[in-house]
Amino acid sequence: MKLAYYPGCSLCGTAREYNISTIKVSEKLGIELEEIPDWSCCGATSAHTSSPLLGVALPARNLAIAEEMGLDVAAPCAACYHNLSAARVKMDRDHLLRKRIEEIIDRKYRGKVKVLPLAEVILSRVGLDAVRDSLVHPLAGLKMAAYYGCLMVRPKGIVDFDDPENPTKLDQIMEAAGGEMVDWSHKTECCGASLSLTGTELCVDLVGRILERAAEEGAECIVTACPFCQANLDMRQAEAATKLKTDFRLPVLYFTQLLGIALGLPAGELGLDSHVVDPRPLLREKGLI
Amino acid sequence: MKRIGVFVCHCGTNIAATVDVEKVAESARHLPHVVFATTYKFMCADPGQKLIADAIREHALNRVVVAACSPHMHERTFRKAVERAGVNPYLMEVANVREQCSWVHRDKPVGTEKAAALVAAAVAKVARNVPLESGKLPVERRALVVGGGIAGIQAALDIAESGYHVTIVEREQSVGGRMAQLDKTFPTLDCSSCILTPKMVDVGHHPMIEICSYSEIESVEGYVGNFEVTIRRKATSVDPDVCTGCGECWNRCPVKKLPSSFNMDLGHRPAIYVDFPQAIPNVPVIDRANCTYYLRDGKCRVCEKVCPTKAIDFTLEDRLVKERFGAIVMATGFQTASLQQYPEWGLGTYPDVVTGLHFERLVSSTGPTEGKIKRPSDGKEPKSVVFVLCAGSRDEARGRSYCSKACCMYSAKQAILLREKIPQAQAHVFYMDIRTAGKDYEEFYMRAKEEYGVNYIRGRVAKVYPEKDHLVVRGEDTLLGRPVAVEADMVVLAAAIEPRADAAALAQKVGISYNRDHFFSEAHPKLRPVESNTGGVFLAGCCQGPKDIPETVAQASAAAAKVVQMFSKDALVSEAQLASVNEAWCIGCFLCQPVCPYKAIQPKEIEERRGRDKIKRTVSSVNTGLCQGCGACAVACPSGAMRLNGFTDEQILAEVDAVCL
Repeated sequence: MKLAYYPGCSLCGTAREYNISTIKVSEKLGIELEEIPDWSCCGATSAHTSSPLLGVALPARNLAIAEEMGLDVAAPCAACYHNLSAARVKMDRDHLLRKRIEEIIDRKYRGKVKVLPLAEVILSRVGLDAVRDSLVHPLAGLKMAAYYGCLMVRPKGIVDFDDPENPTKLDQIMEAAGGEMVDWSHKTECCGASLSLTGTELCVDLVGRILERAAEEGAECIVTACPFCQANLDMRQAEAATKLKTDFRLPVLYFTQLLGIALGLPAGELGLDSHVVDPRPLLREKGLI
Repeated sequence: MKRIGVFVCHCGTNIAATVDVEKVAESARHLPHVVFATTYKFMCADPGQKLIADAIREHALNRVVVAACSPHMHERTFRKAVERAGVNPYLMEVANVREQCSWVHRDKPVGTEKAAALVAAAVAKVARNVPLESGKLPVERRALVVGGGIAGIQAALDIAESGYHVTIVEREQSVGGRMAQLDKTFPTLDCSSCILTPKMVDVGHHPMIEICSYSEIESVEGYVGNFEVTIRRKATSVDPDVCTGCGECWNRCPVKKLPSSFNMDLGHRPAIYVDFPQAIPNVPVIDRANCTYYLRDGKCRVCEKVCPTKAIDFTLEDRLVKERFGAIVMATGFQTASLQQYPEWGLGTYPDVVTGLHFERLVSSTGPTEGKIKRPSDGKEPKSVVFVLCAGSRDEARGRSYCSKACCMYSAKQAILLREKIPQAQAHVFYMDIRTAGKDYEEFYMRAKEEYGVNYIRGRVAKVYPEKDHLVVRGEDTLLGRPVAVEADMVVLAAAIEPRADAAALAQKVGISYNRDHFFSEAHPKLRPVESNTGGVFLAGCCQGPKDIPETVAQASAAAAKVVQMFSKDALVSEAQLASVNEAWCIGCFLCQPVCPYKAIQPKEIEERRGRDKIKRTVSSVNTGLCQGCGACAVACPSGAMRLNGFTDEQILAEVDAVCL
């Protein structure tokens, strides 16, 4: 199965380990990723806040190129997935907008390609049975909390990856990989990523709440599919713990990293060394690396 | 010689503001057969009707067109008016120039042109109308009430007190319904049971009322005045004629820990049970799915052994009973929404998140905690309770746009009861708006706030989650403009009132319509609020829409009055605009039969002359008692033999021609 790959900027910078693990896991599961040639910014958080039109035009350009490739798009980053989906939905709903965007990007856009987060690709195109069949080191005994954040699941109608209030798809994948998932209440709470630099104080409070709840439910680590969530929960963790007068050390990993371990990929190729809260002691303790 | 009169109504300014009524009348004067046209401010009022009658006499009119509001509104009024003046009521047509014209246009010239066209169509049609006569139908003077809650009880008592026989069909073991589950009622705080149980006893003892409890409607055939209803009397395993309701059996039954649905699964009941101590009839039933006798091939038999009157009969089976009724009152009530689409509130996930009905059982002295408010998880007395209003109501995005109407008031009541029973407990209410439209309701709500110190927070609840040994309710306070988090030992969701899960299926059985939320539809929202669209079927209580107890009782009495009104007549007048078959044209294909929603079409054998021979053949015939005049058969008929009187092809094509040519 072949898909157009849209890594986005995070996966080329702060979330390099997500990129590496995505590529490795995809290879292993028989997903062929062809990077969209000359892909451009998805607009991230700044485009649509400065110009609604720009917020559609930027992702639309990438969609138009993927359409020329004749391939559906795999977008591991939650923000990229969100922006590409939103642009697609907006142009579907508004014929005039589509025409205008076509002029701006100077390409045809027919709305033929789908945009899938990587988790959806694994779930619906690869299938959980195939994942189970390929397990080498099942993640047995590793208790994790799947954290979805906001961009993957909301608002309904713009993205339709999973239930907006109680998503379960990452849980399903990690469970298939042998992990033990905790059922918890803060799967989709705001982590405050967009205020990470401008309202750090508030952001630390939000991060603290999420980590506290995960720890209370007995999670030993957090899995996510969003570079913002990952960075925020990982980098602000020490501060949050101090503020709450507690001492949790919850590694925050991309689901692809743990899936990679389960599929038997060498731990050294999964970017496990690039986290603030080092996940390796925990994984060693569980005998997974 | 056809002499048509046209009467254009101003409807105050409703029509006249966007339609130049004088111009419409003037254009009508030039239409074929029209000999008179005029306008009047309110044609439906007495002087307006008199104007029509006078014109009929003065100008020898034999057909009439009234250009006014929708025929749903006043067709009957004007039919009666022309009838009084000696014209067959079916030689009157209404041109709807209000709902379909003046109300939807702003531009007066456009509105005027359209009104003139609608009048021309009605004139073209009325010129082709023929006089129709209504038939007479006999009435079976016995009423069926479906549902034994307060609505059904009230309707049954009112009908029976007027001297007619009533059968109540109730699904559960006892009548009483939701009201029996409630603790106190707003705004008076009198005890629900204390005002309900005397009425239950009344229906139990009334010589004109038969209660079929533990029974359901299997099928409904027939038509207004003559319904034939099959009732499934589910096997109770107890002989009601012998049982004295002594209670030996349910006290001794070894299977004790079954969830009691009467107690919203918060308490237990045995396998042989009555719903609650005041049950009517006071005859238990055996829950066969959980009874040891049925699960283990005849073992146990404890109830049989202890029964002093030998009333237990394990061999009883479901019985189908067929009975005839003249009228049906639907009073099937409501259930509260499961709130599965709201995982963020945790109903079903956290035991201390409950609905308002659960809370009623926890406050009620007959409930599982004997009236001591204890939270379900660990039985601790709650020190802080959060009430969430509009839980599932008024949320178009998740499928329910309507207001459940009773929740503002019952939540205020529950908050008051909490503060009375546990004075040191805090009561917080999250709300969108507080709706207290009702006598003494606003005063009651103010008492909750001022006298009982209930804390009202305007805003929606975003999330409920556990923290240590309590719950945290996070939401927004839109008056302060900031997020709030409230610690709570219990959360009570005022879950939306919705029709019973099988309401739509039952409506289809009975042949009545329902809206998108599956509430049964009334014939007219203002003028016929307790009648369904099907003759002889009336509506009472929450099956028609959310309402509180006083409103339910009022509606039930109104429905009863309608039934009694029907029964007071010697015979019913049947609709004249029904289908009829031109037997000579009918080829006997019976394509009309499956499309008829009222099962009104039957085959009929006729004798015909063909050349010299007499032959027999089968054609369609219409049962005028069943036919509701919907016209589906006329559309399906390939040979044009089936016609709907009052709406023949010729009449409708004349209308279309008048508008289009």
